[in-house]
Amino acid sequence: MTTTVAKLPTNSKQSVSEIAKDRILILDGAMGTMIQRYKLEEDDYRGERFVDWHCDVKGNNDLLVLSQPKIIYDIHCEYLDAGADIIETNTFNATTISMADYDMQSLAKEINIAATKLAREAADKFTLETPDKPRFVAGVLGPTNRTASISPDVNDPGKRNVSFDELVEAYSEATHGLIEGGADFILIETIFDTLNAKAAAFAVDSVFDELNLTLPVMISGTITDASGRTLSGQTAEAFYYSLRHTNPLSFGLNCALGPDLLRQYVEEISNQAECLVSAHPNAGLPNEFGEYDMEGDEMAIHIKEWAESGLVNIVGGCCGSSPEHIQAIANAVQGIKPRKPIESNFKLRLSGLEPFVH
Amino acid sequence: MSQTTQQASATFINVGERTNVTGSAMFKRLILEDDYEKALDVARQQVENGAQIIDINMDEAMLDSEAAMTRFLNLIASEPDISRVPIMIDSSKWSVIEAGLKCVQGKAIVNSISLKEGEESFLKQAKLIKRYGAATVVMAFDETGQADTQARKFEICKRSYELLTEKVDFPPEDIIFDPNIFAVATGIEEHNNYAVDFIEATRQIRSELPHCHVSGGLSNISFSFRGNNPVREAMHSVFLYYAIKAGMDMGIVNAGQLAVYDDIPAELKDAVEDVILNRNPEATDTLLSLAPKYQGDGKVVAKENLEWREFPVNKRLEYALVKGITDFIIEDTEEARLNAEKPLHVIEGPLMDGMNVVGDLFGEGKMFLPQVVKSARVMKKAVAHLEPFIELEKDQSSSNGKILLATVKGDVHDIGKNIVGVVLQCNNYEIIDLGVMVPAAKILQVAKDEKVEMIGLSGLITPSLDEMVHVAKEMQRLDFSVPLLIGGATTSKAHTAVKIEQNYDSPVVYVPNASRAVGVCQKLISDELRPEYVAQLDKEYATVRDQHARKKPRSKPITLAQARENAFSCDWQVYQPPKPATLGVSTIEVGLEELIDYIDWTPFFLTWSLAGKYPRILEDEVVGEEAQKLFADATQMLEQLVKEKQLGAKGVVGIFPANRVNDDIEIYTDESRSDIAGVAHHLRQQTDKPKGFNYCLSDYIAPKQSKRPDYIGAFAVTAGIGEDELAASFIDNGDDYNGIMVKALADRLAEAFAEYLHEKVRKDIWGFATDEDLSNDDLIREKYQGIRPAPGYAACPEHTEKQLIWDLLDAESRTGMKLTESYAMWPGAAVSGWYFSHPDARYFAVAQIQQDQLEDYASRKGWSLAEAQKWLGPNLS
Repeated sequence: MTTTVAKLPTNSKQSVSEIAKDRILILDGAMGTMIQRYKLEEDDYRGERFVDWHCDVKGNNDLLVLSQPKIIYDIHCEYLDAGADIIETNTFNATTISMADYDMQSLAKEINIAATKLAREAADKFTLETPDKPRFVAGVLGPTNRTASISPDVNDPGKRNVSFDELVEAYSEATHGLIEGGADFILIETIFDTLNAKAAAFAVDSVFDELNLTLPVMISGTITDASGRTLSGQTAEAFYYSLRHTNPLSFGLNCALGPDLLRQYVEEISNQAECLVSAHPNAGLPNEFGEYDMEGDEMAIHIKEWAESGLVNIVGGCCGSSPEHIQAIANAVQGIKPRKPIESNFKLRLSGLEPFVH
Repeated sequence: MSQTTQQASATFINVGERTNVTGSAMFKRLILEDDYEKALDVARQQVENGAQIIDINMDEAMLDSEAAMTRFLNLIASEPDISRVPIMIDSSKWSVIEAGLKCVQGKAIVNSISLKEGEESFLKQAKLIKRYGAATVVMAFDETGQADTQARKFEICKRSYELLTEKVDFPPEDIIFDPNIFAVATGIEEHNNYAVDFIEATRQIRSELPHCHVSGGLSNISFSFRGNNPVREAMHSVFLYYAIKAGMDMGIVNAGQLAVYDDIPAELKDAVEDVILNRNPEATDTLLSLAPKYQGDGKVVAKENLEWREFPVNKRLEYALVKGITDFIIEDTEEARLNAEKPLHVIEGPLMDGMNVVGDLFGEGKMFLPQVVKSARVMKKAVAHLEPFIELEKDQSSSNGKILLATVKGDVHDIGKNIVGVVLQCNNYEIIDLGVMVPAAKILQVAKDEKVEMIGLSGLITPSLDEMVHVAKEMQRLDFSVPLLIGGATTSKAHTAVKIEQNYDSPVVYVPNASRAVGVCQKLISDELRPEYVAQLDKEYATVRDQHARKKPRSKPITLAQARENAFSCDWQVYQPPKPATLGVSTIEVGLEELIDYIDWTPFFLTWSLAGKYPRILEDEVVGEEAQKLFADATQMLEQLVKEKQLGAKGVVGIFPANRVNDDIEIYTDESRSDIAGVAHHLRQQTDKPKGFNYCLSDYIAPKQSKRPDYIGAFAVTAGIGEDELAASFIDNGDDYNGIMVKALADRLAEAFAEYLHEKVRKDIWGFATDEDLSNDDLIREKYQGIRPAPGYAACPEHTEKQLIWDLLDAESRTGMKLTESYAMWPGAAVSGWYFSHPDARYFAVAQIQQDQLEDYASRKGWSLAEAQKWLGPNLS
């Protein structure tokens, strides 16, 4: 593995913040969509190491960093080639909680380390080639498959299938892995239950404290439908107030909606956020075959308009997007002035499901 | 909506307070009854009624507060109508706050943290709050206590602000200061400026500490006008009017308890403004005299069965007396007065009839002491209403008899005496209560001047027994002939018979408890019953004396030398006494709320003559229902004491190098062990112990010749600062029930404080049991290492040793606690004692000692034999 530690900025937030003043940064696109292109079968997922695993592992995309590292590395390179400044580690489900689906809890940390190392290697390779355009690795903490503020049982609304403490424990382990693998940022993303994200943020801050270091934190939530709220019921602004304490590098939205439907909520956050604003929408909504069919050019038109309206600092793609989409987006926003963060108004900003400002 | 309210709403956040078990009896009941469904309705209504934030508090002794907080917040999360607003997580326990923070997805407010426990824990909690993503209320409270003046309020807030923003990078806009709203118009002069202090501190905080906020609990301000809602509402409104102008921008306000500023009648508004703004020294008196005029229309009548209101007036009076209901007593009494020929007839007729029913029910065991005391409260109110009319007619009230009651010189304990007084008053005796620490001369002078028909003496500590003997002798000398009643915790039939009765020719009667008092007095007053009763008493006491004289000790006495031979010992070459983490003396301040968990409730019920172990007593077939009511009243009073800071708790503790020299303990000034700070003298069991040791507390300390460094601790705590004044303020208002309640609770809190401090000593100050983790039940059962024997009690029965504790700890100047000439502690709600760390240390009773030890002890203490006999009386045969 090539290491270029000496060349990497020691304070990625400062460095990325400097860059972000000049231009809009490009985030990569979907990992799952790209993996689908390889049409992998059960055997491919198992690779050599997990030939005898006791249950099916097909669909465990995060496992591929161990069983098919080359494929993941190649996908990272494709996105970097397409113009991404920031690539996301393939660790969306790499927590003990989500890995339980494949009885692979014990591999969670190893996957985080391996995934980050793969992304690190790819990013460093491109940074070496074009040092004036440094590439960054965002270590991803996904939402897990459980919700801390929603009951799994309609007849027992007080019930929970995961506790804050359990989430903190799982996220702490994953965070350790991401840091050990060499992530530049921690990206808490696809947040549909803010309490899960608060547990993730709590874990991340605790780990920073433990290791006596700080990495920039990126927050990205998901507005699940046209109601304009997260799955757990918060409006975009309320959601921002719930996580503002993380002092994030960027705050934004991803997934669930295409750019057309997402715009108003990105604007809602853009009006409040005292940090960078990110957006990585889906390539439209899934069609009747479950495929996302918004082409890169069309997606780029929307995002270009967001950029021109001064809504965003970091853009990329989520489900259905590919290097073609990213390339189109990168081209579209080139030369457009990035959004300026809002100056703090020092008001007491609280939230329930709705924002409360005093 | 008036202009003022609209104005207020623009700059002022109203925090809903109904979902708070300490503030809402209904919500508490719902939670205790596990009716979360309805509890959610309370929250929903608050939000519907405009609460912008809801305060949730589950601090209730009977609850698993963490679990209740978690469950309620999880349920709220499923109710979008409620969870749309931010939550204020309110608890005095950090663990409950943390449990709450783990359940809210929104950005909440923590209520509260403070510098009370010092900077370290303050910053640690602040850092965690930031990590959980919440704002926080910060109380103006520091290591030395709660801020009352403007200067202190600001100073603590400024210090908190700087620590938060500089040390943990806490966002200043997320800091909400609570500079403590205290009650004004309490009649205590120092309280008069409390509102001004708050308002001015608020102004200074808002102008000098950028971006922060100021909040407070509004209802405190009007506390002294409980029961008069129109005045309270006016006070709230006026206070808010000025506080908001000064920058208060948040508050816990019951919107239903807020008058519209512009609608307050000018006369009332003026008087209230004088009080709030401390504009003239007569402000409180003026408002007090004005208050009754406005009472009435705001009165909340409990939604209970009011069928009894249809009864004829006499029946209504009886019902009110039996049920202890004061709500209608004035109007009913007035109606009875108008019907009666003379006002006195109301007392002698329906009121006494009602009290007779109470007396009968009490006698039959169908009513219990707390109820009787409540009945007395009703009676007093009725009589107070009638008195002016009676005086007008120069009518003489005829009571059953006049009785003088007093706690003897040197003793401060008066709960029992007060209860007896109330019970006797209920039975139409006129009581002259001289209070506590009353010298014999005063008792006898008043008895003579007032021509009382009986004298009752009370006392709790053993030296009081001697004082009672003294009073009896004096009565004999001065030719008194009225009966003398003896009562109090250390008194007994045997002591009365053997030591007191012989000294006075007229009847001396031991009264074991309040419920016996009436029967005894009736017999002594009645010319027909008295001779027979006195004859019977004489016979009884003769028998007791006889038995006492013939009583052989159960085990035979041994010499002091033999007893020392059989002392407890351990291998001091092997055993290493634990070295204290902190040597020297420290003052301890603690909030009452922290003591509640340490309360042992069983003795509380005993105070009220309800026997049974807590919590089983609440389910008891016979007294369970009354025990529950009493407990509910106690809990409510406790909450009030905590909320309004009406009682102060203060203590002092010290750990010193010490070694044993024979039966004494040398206590050294420092680790060099060269200078003796004092010598503690202890007594040794002196009866034959074939199977065990002849214990002496000194045995638990390493002997000087062993060269083992050992240590001893001493402590003195009180939770009764202000108890006398507070109890008196209730009693002066005819509310003996709450007067007694205050003292009974203060006693429990003092004991709880001792338990709390002992734990702190074991875990922290001395630190020999850092990993101890015991429930309150286990604490009550003393399942821990080490003991804390108290001078005056079984293991060290000699009271004067308290002086050494006072000297070592500088207790009086550090806590204000005093010792009387009989070595009773003042305030009465106090505990003092020694700490022994030895794992084998246990409690024992010294019991009877012999002449040789008496002489030995006298020489150790530098006393004459007579002096030693006086102080060791209870341990001599």
